[in-house]
Amino acid sequence: MRKKLLFKKGNEAIAEAAILAGCRFYAGYPITPQNEIPEYMARRMPEAGGVFIQAESEIASINMVYGASAAGVRAMTSSSSPGISLMQEAISFLAGAELPAVIVNIQRGGPGLGNITASQGDYFQAVKGGGHGDYRCLVYSPFNLQESWDLTMLAFDKADEYRIPVMLLGDGVIGQMMEPFRPTKYVRPRLPKKDWIVNGCKGRAPRVIRSLCMGPGELEQKNYDLCKKYDAIRKKEVIFDEHNVDDAGLVVVAFGVAARIALSAVKELREQGRKVGLFRPVTLFPFPEKRIAEMARKGKRFMVVEMNAGQMVEDVRLAVSGASGVTFYGRPGGVVFTPEELYKKIKAEYSRKK
Amino acid sequence: METRIIIAGSGGQGILFLGKVLSFAGMLEGKEVTWFPSYGAEMRGGTANCTVILSGSMIGSPVVLSPDILVIMNKASFDKFQPRLKKHGLLFYDRSLVPAPRVRPDVRPVPVPATEIASSAGNTRSANMVMMGAVLAETGLVKRSSALKVIEGPSKSTGGNGIRLNTNSMLKGMQYIEDTKGSHR
Repeated sequence: MRKKLLFKKGNEAIAEAAILAGCRFYAGYPITPQNEIPEYMARRMPEAGGVFIQAESEIASINMVYGASAAGVRAMTSSSSPGISLMQEAISFLAGAELPAVIVNIQRGGPGLGNITASQGDYFQAVKGGGHGDYRCLVYSPFNLQESWDLTMLAFDKADEYRIPVMLLGDGVIGQMMEPFRPTKYVRPRLPKKDWIVNGCKGRAPRVIRSLCMGPGELEQKNYDLCKKYDAIRKKEVIFDEHNVDDAGLVVVAFGVAARIALSAVKELREQGRKVGLFRPVTLFPFPEKRIAEMARKGKRFMVVEMNAGQMVEDVRLAVSGASGVTFYGRPGGVVFTPEELYKKIKAEYSRKK
Repeated sequence: METRIIIAGSGGQGILFLGKVLSFAGMLEGKEVTWFPSYGAEMRGGTANCTVILSGSMIGSPVVLSPDILVIMNKASFDKFQPRLKKHGLLFYDRSLVPAPRVRPDVRPVPVPATEIASSAGNTRSANMVMMGAVLAETGLVKRSSALKVIEGPSKSTGGNGIRLNTNSMLKGMQYIEDTKGSHR
């Protein structure tokens, strides 16, 4: 069994999983800490019979993805925070044109050019739209390389199923680290036929892919249609993970690499008999608000831990809706906190009188 | 049981490679492992380091503040990382490149003349593998056979000589520890 494990960087895991999931178009522009993705794609994509383009910019990359997707190809781009900011206009266009695409953000410190260390400062941008208009991306947040592999594959399926841009929100640690993971085989689910692609209209009526809706009521209707899609996603696509929450008085809420670091601290506190648990949203949109509300009603307190100045904590507060206490601990600016640091903070919060 | 190791030195000394061999070998033995590099500006000269964790169960954080074991290959890294080593932690350092260091009284130092030994093996660039041999002989973190399996694997592209050099250097590092056991260390 062990022999079947792969030992690669997170970025390489994402790139290989994308190829196996049928991604045949990749365009990107270099930026640390995600450079292993285009590097890997440059080598691997020609072998797979696909197209790799190092574009002249992030804006060009994402617009090429738009074009490839409109032609029916599974398409992906990747970048890190500042590059993803540049892509926001086209992501909004993808949502408006109802085109599937996979966008990987291996986050670094911001704002601005920031630094190259791992961060979770793009939560708001990823889950609240990022670009203009009423749209959402389905957002997956892997916390180890197994999930990076599996969620990349899932991202392509969900993008096609809902005809939406799907984002994989990683960070510098997940992208750069290596650990063993099982290269799960890609199994293509039953998906709706792509009867909307523009691949030459000889012998059939022409099709148009656009996000401009100028007719009376047309854009409003389009938005309601999108809302229906997002409601279905909220109902069906929530994924979360829990460790020892059932008897916990304090539940630490964290996503991505922060959850991993928090897990070390929570495990240690558990070993000392302290009733602390970890709740980890795997999908950030849709957010697992129902489960959090349920825990809040049972009187559990929450401590949100993020590598930013406090973003997901707002969604936790909305879900808790005053039913219980929510506190926050974070480090902004591309600082990766240590398990020792979180251990102290969580222990102090656990011992604090309510 | 979880063992947390930080390996640090200069860019070009094979710091990341040392970590890769150690973690890959751990994986071959069925352990949970993580490897996390310092990445970015450091690569263009200056210091390099990586964190390796070997564990019997699922690993949480791939980064640590205080490691159980430090493997140090230059003076700058010695000064930077020694304060972070756990009490009673193991402090491996290249005695050839860190002469007369101030060692904390509450840690267990293992000085290894890694660069000198590598030089006698034919190439100072294999000091990382000497160090790895020393770590394995002292700690038994992974088996010699597992490490050899890894060395014979990924460095194939550099040709047979590279593999022989790495293997010899690792064995010399192990030998050094055997020879000096119970001595002034």
